[in-house]
Amino acid sequence: MAVVKRLCSAILLLGVLSVLTYGLLAAAPGGPEHVLLGGRPSTPETRAAIREQYHLDDPFPVRYARWLGDAVRGDFGTSIYSREPVTAVLAERLPVTAALAGYALTLTVVVGVPAGLAAAMRRGGALDQGITLTSLVALSVPPFALSILLLYGFAVTLGWFPVFGAGDTPLERLTHLTLPAIALATAQAAIVVRQMRAAALDLAAQDFLTFARARGLPRRRVWISYALRNAALPVLTVGGLLLAANLTGSVFVEQAFGLHGLGALLIGAVGQKDIPVVQALVLLGGAIVIAVNLLIDLAYVAVDPRVRRRA
Amino acid sequence: MRISALRVAGAGLIVDGVDLEVSPGETVGLVGESGSGKSLTARAAAGLLPKGLRAEGSVAFDGREFLGARERRWRSVRGTRVSLLMQDPFAMLNPLRTAGAHIAESLRGRESRAEVARRLAEVGIDDPRVAGRHPFQLSGGMRQRVALAAALAGDPELLIADEPTTALDATTQHDILMLIKSVQAARGMGVLLITHDLRVAFELCDRVAVMYAGRVVEQGPAAELAKSPAHPYTAGLLAAVPAADRRLARLSGIRGSVPTAAQVAATCAFAARCDQATHACEEERPPLRELGPGRRTACLHEVRPRPHVEEATPPERPAAGAEVLRVTDLRKRYGGHVALGGVSLHVGRGETVGVVGGSGSGKTTLARCVLGLVAPDSGTVALADAVRPRHRLVQCVFQDPSTSLNPAMTVGAALAEAAAQGPEEGRLGVRELLELVGLPASYAGRRPAGLSGGERQRVAIARALSVRPELLICDEPVASLDVSVQAHVLELLREVGGSMLFITHDLAVVRQLADRLVVLSRGEVVESGGTAEVLDSPAHDYTRRLLASVPAIP
Repeated sequence: MAVVKRLCSAILLLGVLSVLTYGLLAAAPGGPEHVLLGGRPSTPETRAAIREQYHLDDPFPVRYARWLGDAVRGDFGTSIYSREPVTAVLAERLPVTAALAGYALTLTVVVGVPAGLAAAMRRGGALDQGITLTSLVALSVPPFALSILLLYGFAVTLGWFPVFGAGDTPLERLTHLTLPAIALATAQAAIVVRQMRAAALDLAAQDFLTFARARGLPRRRVWISYALRNAALPVLTVGGLLLAANLTGSVFVEQAFGLHGLGALLIGAVGQKDIPVVQALVLLGGAIVIAVNLLIDLAYVAVDPRVRRRA
Repeated sequence: MRISALRVAGAGLIVDGVDLEVSPGETVGLVGESGSGKSLTARAAAGLLPKGLRAEGSVAFDGREFLGARERRWRSVRGTRVSLLMQDPFAMLNPLRTAGAHIAESLRGRESRAEVARRLAEVGIDDPRVAGRHPFQLSGGMRQRVALAAALAGDPELLIADEPTTALDATTQHDILMLIKSVQAARGMGVLLITHDLRVAFELCDRVAVMYAGRVVEQGPAAELAKSPAHPYTAGLLAAVPAADRRLARLSGIRGSVPTAAQVAATCAFAARCDQATHACEEERPPLRELGPGRRTACLHEVRPRPHVEEATPPERPAAGAEVLRVTDLRKRYGGHVALGGVSLHVGRGETVGVVGGSGSGKTTLARCVLGLVAPDSGTVALADAVRPRHRLVQCVFQDPSTSLNPAMTVGAALAEAAAQGPEEGRLGVRELLELVGLPASYAGRRPAGLSGGERQRVAIARALSVRPELLICDEPVASLDVSVQAHVLELLREVGGSMLFITHDLAVVRQLADRLVVLSRGEVVESGGTAEVLDSPAHDYTRRLLASVPAIP
């Protein structure tokens, strides 16, 4: 029941987002046909031809419905700049960004969760202070600055990693994406460290953890099914939001490392007023955020019986 | 188990030289008010002290020393030798695991569906489906039963129960105590019961040790201790316990507040608050001297017998007529749950009406409706005056003064702010308000964190009275206070008088205060009438059950 309700609200949200996205074209300065021509000089005949081709004389709801119908079937029109189908453009760029986002999230979790737990266990000690301070520094360095530092240090001076591009074979891709993923993950890992540390500290004071120890349960059981599972709930939320942020907001890092991902595409499309591409990107970004949130909700339902029964 | 010369210290000394012994088949009570160090003694006995605290001395099981042992060695005795049951059934169980899983994981290798069901049956849960439920689906009493079953799953020889019933309803409390008693007898195990409630200790224990400021001041067989306390502190505690069967003319608490163990390390811990204290009490720490077999006291003197407390004649009933509150057929539902199912009552001017009931009886919802914090589904709440704003007519004293006062505000600022909400003429100043509740004027500059629990509740009462309301609602105002402090606050409420709606689960408390009683059960009034009549000859079955669950002092 809870799942159905959440699915419905996700679909509703996507609908609202699509109206706003389509409104972009209608609200563009100079009228939609001007935008669709891409600013090239035109005669009244060509403009009329465009209006005819895109059914621009129909009322807005009809145009929207037609566009939505096409969009649902995966047709977002053609890019004004490259004259290629928008879907093809996206399909070319998505793998790079997805790989980068996944890589960065993996790094974030692998580093952030244990570090946060370790800091909580040694609360107030040297290790805790070190981890807390490092996370503060990591949080305050912007990703683009870190990108340049990493590039200079590891790619240019030491020559361990490539400077440019995304690579072709899977192994190449891994080495190519390592530095960008680190640049993207650093600040995020710091957020996860803090979240995890707070959650674990909160947990350590809970009676059920003491009660578990009082019954002589083995340490592994106490840590995994008592501490980690309960601490996972808040961390799950943050992790999901970070994944969504990675997929849609890795612009700076992609730019710095010369990666042809969605971020770079977005910047290009906005600069060239390539409205169909922008529309598709905005809708895709929104869909990703909504989908990730839906996944978080579902994960909560799976982990926490209280959520499962409340609905 | 034998504890000797146990000292627990963190930033300051908390437990100072406690000796205690629990033999198999014996129930020992460790009684003390908050801050006495009783819970930390229990934690130290299970090797579960919170971080930052260290223990010295000795904790031994069967003559083998465990204090300072590594976690691995402790783990080998926890659950099987010694097990700890804690206070809050809502926090003690893992919210993500089922009741059955809690028991099964403690069974270690013997887990089977049948065994879990058998363990549940031992704690009085006959419905095997409970094993598949999660803690949030169970009531407080059920959770405590499940926790008890989990604590007993390793068949420990000693169960340490730390305030196992404090968070529960009066009737549930009684059930759980009786359950612990029967399980103890059936298994022949030792029980160390930690409690702040002397009555609970007397009801359940063979021997009782009274703790004060980190040390044991008196110990002996429960019946003897109750009849003739040999330490002024025990005597004071006993005098402060209210009784459900009579109204006392004066409620006597113990003056002053509990010192820390470090402050009284070299003197009698109680000397500063004791009426019998002499010079010798301040000179050195009195040893725990032997009085008789198993009977010891840390007092140098013979304790003067308690002055006989006479029964008060019930105060005169105010003339009926002037009503400050009339509630008519009040109903409120939360989803499918009926909180109030048509409640009617009234409070006359100058009268105190007690509302009694267990959790889920709707008493708090009733208070919230009267205060205007909750909109009832139907029914009316009529106050003394239809014109004046509600907050000037009715005010509330809440249960927990540590959360009902803003920690960032000084006492003076809080009182002045509250008084400013009242009418301008005859407004009371901060000094007068503090005086009204018996606090020195210098307290105006303090913050709530600098006050004791009892003092905070006094401030909360002063705040409620500052707008000079027609009606004062007290929602469990003494439930979170120690007995010696509770007596003071009750006496204060008697003095300030006025019209009062007094909400409580504690029949002994309400007996001391209320003129009339209304007994609520599941959102319905099941009985009402004069306090003495209702409590002396209860007509409804629920009232009888409530009364039966009040532990008596032998």
